[in-house]
Amino acid sequence: METEFTPLLSLGGGVLIGLAATLLMAFHGRIAGMTGILAGVIPPLSSDWPWRAAFLAGAIVAPALYIVAGGEIPFAVPVSTFALILGGLIVGIGVFFGSGCTSGHGVCGMARLSPRSITATIVFMLATFVTVFVVRHVLGGI
Amino acid sequence: MRIFSALLIGMIFGVGIAISGMANPAKVLNFFDIAGTWDPSLIFVMGGALVTTAIGYRLVFGARAAPLLDKSFIVPTSKVIDARLVGGSALFGVGWGIAGFCPGGAIPALGLGYSQTFIFVAAMIGGIVIARTLQMTILKPAAA
Repeated sequence: METEFTPLLSLGGGVLIGLAATLLMAFHGRIAGMTGILAGVIPPLSSDWPWRAAFLAGAIVAPALYIVAGGEIPFAVPVSTFALILGGLIVGIGVFFGSGCTSGHGVCGMARLSPRSITATIVFMLATFVTVFVVRHVLGGI
Repeated sequence: MRIFSALLIGMIFGVGIAISGMANPAKVLNFFDIAGTWDPSLIFVMGGALVTTAIGYRLVFGARAAPLLDKSFIVPTSKVIDARLVGGSALFGVGWGIAGFCPGGAIPALGLGYSQTFIFVAAMIGGIVIARTLQMTILKPAAA
């Protein structure tokens, strides 16, 4: 399935992600890592769960408002329900033990030149490239 | 105030993810499919986010000793690169490549209202719960 190359929108979105990461550090002193923020609202709740829940609520509501306001967000899932469940389980286990994901390691940690985050980002990007190649071009999709 | 601030910052994050394409599994998987229907857009997402955050963090840490609404900056200080970090990150990449969603992309995608996102997020939360349970039982002696 082809998707349109969108350098300007993607750059703009990336700058907004960076702005949010900067503001979360400036106002709350926290890393804008989705794994860490999410883990704190999964029972047993962390003691500072309210700001985490508010951040998550904002992150979910904003795209909905964007669409209500007339914006368009292309969305397509080119994989099976089985792949969503399998991938979701593996992502959950992986980000827990890896202590972060694309936002925490790939953006916030890399921006601080953290050696752990640079290592994690290289490893998960390579693993994703290999997985997509194997799934699409060796297995023919799952 | 803290809640309101976190809500607004979450909204900026969510819109950024949504318009960037990170909430769209088809686009994310195409970024990783150089041998097929390659879409390099996500380089611009990562680049834009990384440069903005690097500059932003410098300004914040240069200007202040503490955040505006909390007592202190909470930033990981560990430099240990162990099997847990590498293995966990490798697993994350495998899952990302299978489903096309990462956590930061999937949570804002919930707001778009497609059932596939809810299935993925439920499974991902299940994965975190499984990992946490393993951590507290079998792996407890190894990791403090």
